[in-house]
Amino acid sequence: MATKRTIEMPVESIESMTLNMGPQHPSTHGVLRVVLHLDGEVVERAICHLGYLHRAKEKHAEHKTYHQFIPYTDRMDYLAPMSNNTGYVMAVEKALGLEVTQRCVYLRTLLCELARISGHLLWLGTGALELGAMTVFLWSFTQREKIYDIFEWICGARFTVSYMRVGGMSREDYPEWRRMVREFLDQYMAAHREFETMLNGNEIFLSRVVDVGTINGKDALQLGLTGPALRGSGINYDARKHTPYLAYEEFDWEVAVEDRGDCMARYLVRMKEMEESWKIACQALEALEKTQNERCNIDNPKIIFPPKENVKRSMEDLIHHFLLASEGFKVPPAEVYQAIEGPKGELGFFLVSDGGPKAYRLGVRSPSFINLQGLEKMSIGYTISDVVAIIASLDPVMGEVDR
Amino acid sequence: MELTKGGSIAIPGTKEGETDYLTLQTPENALTKTLSDAIQYARRNSIWPVMMGLSCCAIEMMATAAARFDLSRFGSEVFRPSPRQADLMIVAGTVTKKMAPVVGRIYDKMAAPKWVIAMGACSSCGGMYNVYSVLQGVDEIVPVDIYVPGCPPRPEALIYGIMQLQKKIGREPVF
Repeated sequence: MATKRTIEMPVESIESMTLNMGPQHPSTHGVLRVVLHLDGEVVERAICHLGYLHRAKEKHAEHKTYHQFIPYTDRMDYLAPMSNNTGYVMAVEKALGLEVTQRCVYLRTLLCELARISGHLLWLGTGALELGAMTVFLWSFTQREKIYDIFEWICGARFTVSYMRVGGMSREDYPEWRRMVREFLDQYMAAHREFETMLNGNEIFLSRVVDVGTINGKDALQLGLTGPALRGSGINYDARKHTPYLAYEEFDWEVAVEDRGDCMARYLVRMKEMEESWKIACQALEALEKTQNERCNIDNPKIIFPPKENVKRSMEDLIHHFLLASEGFKVPPAEVYQAIEGPKGELGFFLVSDGGPKAYRLGVRSPSFINLQGLEKMSIGYTISDVVAIIASLDPVMGEVDR
Repeated sequence: MELTKGGSIAIPGTKEGETDYLTLQTPENALTKTLSDAIQYARRNSIWPVMMGLSCCAIEMMATAAARFDLSRFGSEVFRPSPRQADLMIVAGTVTKKMAPVVGRIYDKMAAPKWVIAMGACSSCGGMYNVYSVLQGVDEIVPVDIYVPGCPPRPEALIYGIMQLQKKIGREPVF
């Protein structure tokens, strides 16, 4: 007769389950892959696997002239190409020691803030969609389309704009365009209030985000988080305020900070930021109206392309055009770091030049990549469904993570 | 496809007033057509795409599905996260060599008949990225039916691509 055996199995020896999330997953914002170690439904570890969208941008920068690289910056954070463009050309201008005109500064400020609103609108739409709210997605895209139209009417492309140039813009703004921006800004706040009405008191939404993915300020700083992920944990840091660039010092606005450190705090920070961006955009538009008779681009044909109509008439301009298009301009040997506050956080460009027409090395400090380091810290102890909310609240863009 | 509306098909040789049981009566709200045509009609007007947003083009794909461009007018707005429920793979974005096996596997898991749209320059031919990490066109791993050019293509271009695919499905034999 067989004896009945009992298997002694201490609780500690039960192996945790490993679950693969992504790279093709509807809520990982592209091609992020997270390997989750689970105890039941509770996350023990969350390991990010990256590189599914590695396109060798930094390597490209070493093989392209400074102007040729501008389109590649569009496709890094493809939700807000205007601010990527601005960050890159500002780094090159810093290496050149170039001052741009005041009017150009206002225009860049306006476009960067519109890009921030557009980027946050996509986060709002997709984030809410992942948590079960379809309407917000459709409404936020309606607003985004209006911003796309604004971009299209100034540079011809909906969102891969390549609009900024070293020393100015590819073309200037015009009164009809400014009227279009005015019309957008006039109606935007009403739509913003509608988004808030949809989500702020929404029981389902609140139960998914309140006290989920909490991270304290100390940990957030140590992990190097920036942008809404840091400001949601009560740290008041915004590159626009603390290392001022463009025209942010002149305008009246506040940094959005929340103390709770959970997904709700990051949601509130972004919503507040959109309001502040709207304020800045309104002021920048007024400043732009006041300076409408001034030049936008610098007067240096060695750096900036001459107007196309002049190229057809003047020998001098033709030569400049040809040299810029074929060879590019040379940047004196320099090492510069220029950081701007992109929609996701501090977006930095570290440029090393050896005196040639191409960068010797371009390093990008992409906020999404570094913010993603916080995912594990935020996820531990929460359930799988909370990971979806946490990824949405971090808002990584894989184009910027892998570059 | 022209569908003939319901009516009766008279058999020649029957007299007037005579009840003809051989006369095929179809009700007013029915459509008559060959089975093949009917299947094609259903197939091409309900192409459900699998979610395959890889990079920048995915944003334009989402814009196409949103209110302004409203892809549901063409029966293709139901983006499925599961390849088992999808007929069409819109490869929207850069396919890297690391991502390529995943794209291939998802294509394999889709139930036939299935189609592929390569959306944008990257998935058509590698686009701006002629480097070590990027696959030079998704057609190296899956058969592509429609190539939509652009970087990224406008939503109108994607809709046109889907309309071309509908035409193509209409020409494909069912049996």
